[in-house]
Amino acid sequence: MIGRQSILEADVDTTGINSLRNGPDDNGRFGIFGGRFVAETLMPLILDLEAHYRAAQKDPAFKAELNDLSVHYAGRPSPLYFAERLTKHLGGAQVWFKREELNHTGSHKINNCLGQILLAKRMGKTRVIAETGAGQHGVATATVCAKFELPCTIFMGATDVERQMPNVLRMKMLGAEVRPVTAGAGTLKDAMNEALRDWVTNVDSTYYLIGTAAGPHPYPEMVRDFQSVIGSEIKSQFAEAQGKLPDAVVACVGGGSNAIGTFHAFLDDADVKLYGAEAGGHGVDVENGHAASMTGGRPGVLHGNRTYLLQDKDGQILEGHSISAGLDYPGVGPEHAFLHDSKRVTYAPITDDEALEAFQLCTRLEGIIPALESAHGLAQLMKVAPTMGKDQSIVLCLSGRGDKDVESVGKYLGLL
Amino acid sequence: MTTRIDTRFAALKAEGRPALVTYVMAGDPDLATGQAILEALPQAGADIIELGMPFSDPMADGVAIQLAGQRSLAAGQTLRGVLGMVEDFRRKDETTPIVLMGYYNPVYSFGVEAFVKAAKAAGADGLIIVDLPPEEDEELCLPAMAAGLNFIRLTTPTTDDKRLPAVLKNSSGFVYYVSMTGVTGAVIKSRGAVGEAVDRIKSHTNLPVAVGFGIKTAEDAAEIGKHADGIVVGSVLVDAVARSLKDGKATDQTVGAVRDLVAEIFSGVKRARG
Ligand SMILES: Cc1ncc(COP(=O)(O)O)c(C=O)c1O
Repeated sequence: MIGRQSILEADVDTTGINSLRNGPDDNGRFGIFGGRFVAETLMPLILDLEAHYRAAQKDPAFKAELNDLSVHYAGRPSPLYFAERLTKHLGGAQVWFKREELNHTGSHKINNCLGQILLAKRMGKTRVIAETGAGQHGVATATVCAKFELPCTIFMGATDVERQMPNVLRMKMLGAEVRPVTAGAGTLKDAMNEALRDWVTNVDSTYYLIGTAAGPHPYPEMVRDFQSVIGSEIKSQFAEAQGKLPDAVVACVGGGSNAIGTFHAFLDDADVKLYGAEAGGHGVDVENGHAASMTGGRPGVLHGNRTYLLQDKDGQILEGHSISAGLDYPGVGPEHAFLHDSKRVTYAPITDDEALEAFQLCTRLEGIIPALESAHGLAQLMKVAPTMGKDQSIVLCLSGRGDKDVESVGKYLGLL
Repeated sequence: MTTRIDTRFAALKAEGRPALVTYVMAGDPDLATGQAILEALPQAGADIIELGMPFSDPMADGVAIQLAGQRSLAAGQTLRGVLGMVEDFRRKDETTPIVLMGYYNPVYSFGVEAFVKAAKAAGADGLIIVDLPPEEDEELCLPAMAAGLNFIRLTTPTTDDKRLPAVLKNSSGFVYYVSMTGVTGAVIKSRGAVGEAVDRIKSHTNLPVAVGFGIKTAEDAAEIGKHADGIVVGSVLVDAVARSLKDGKATDQTVGAVRDLVAEIFSGVKRARG
């Protein structure tokens, strides 16, 4: 029964030495990517976090509590849905949606927040901070903090506060303090800088609940583990429905948490093609006009890890651009950087316009308003599905719902 | 290998006073004025200079140094430009040690081997790279040591006795004790605790220990300088630059503002052991 299946991927016995699922190594490296590039003040904290996480992974009570919350609080398992009209419209592979947008709070972000809040509790922390772009992670954090009675402060770029107002209101109603960050372009990167500054200042009390599979080790691994339930469920649900593996799986990539959570269960299934949609903004040829760090960046070090980054020739980080606040980040989680170099996953840029078109198509054909982030994944699917056979299947991680985006999209479409 | 840093600390030990270590951002508020500020520091009392390499995302810095970095980048500063400043400085001053301080990505982008060579050739003596803990020593610390540069490490209130040996292992030049958990420019909560921490570190190492973060006045310098082998001032100097500007541009007050403040803090350093 899927609902009882353990949420911790670490449970699943990872395979032989050639498995792509063995990363990271003891130093938090996925190949050359990852690591622990933090100020000394934070180093003891992330070592302590790792020790607590290792203990939690082995503790049946931790897993039991997380499973129980996942089922009864978040609503797992999320359905795997056959998108019949979209399939007909595209005229190729059968299209399936993994409905993460139906989770409590409206996206996959809750999977990670539930895991980390239990860890914060175990560590005796009394305050939580987080960064957010689209506000989905901020809402999920504020939600678990309300439930577990911990004060929380959410750092959010001022630009994002404006374009994701519904989520700002939700966070406030849930009791969170929302701190708009005006530095830089006022987007996710700036919010993360400010969260790190808060963390070095309040080391004793504060748990930093990172919202994506990036940052210093052990965050990329830990967030992936908490999100890997997405791919494991897809695998068993698809097997139940079709008796086989899907032929392709697609997800959007911001920092990369929904994508790595979706891909991880399939990494060793060489027949399953994996596609990650990066934010192509105005187009990858437009300087500083996109947020496609793997397509348009090069390796560098930021926010605790080595990964692909958008940067100028002198190593200064660029702001990037995406219509989608959740993808508007100049870096990506280190495991994706590794999977990009090893070519196991195909990462491709999707422009703002392509995402808007996918957003509208999904809304009209399936009656599902997707998050703009997820619409990037859908746009990638729309390119791939028609090239596949009708007997083949492609699964999209529909990472979130689009309620937060209706105002911005309405403006683009001239409805307001 | 003895560096200018070792020589300078030895001389000050003989003199019986702590070192005044001054941080300025290279190329703030513009390249020419930045150079003039740099060259004015030794005369005003600076024993050692930390030269900030600007970075777009200074995660460990408070607002003052964030803004200084933005001014420097807006003025067209590059890593090569910072090394050029050191080279020009060295033509006039052969003895004042210069430590380059910043974040790893610009160095990584430049190329580690090329950077340590170029920095040494330009006349730099040491590096402080905020986001490279001992766990990442192979990245830059070991190549820097091999090139004859000191790698100066930050130790913090969260670095406990168990961890200190690992942090000190590949440290050279001096040890930089960060007086608080926080970003640059914040306020020291307890001077007493700083003294104890310095003594604790000294029980683990023979390297000089300099204290930075939160030292703003001659008074602070005199107090902290009782225990420490060096005191570091940064945010107040950078703030003095900012306050001297008009419409974001340098004025004829800018260099003088920094020079006067350094001289005043130096008076505190001189009476620390007096
Ligand atoms: C619905 C949704 N999908 C995707 C993302 C991107 O994050 P990640 O790449 O970590 O899944 C976000 C981030 O805000 C989001 O809200």
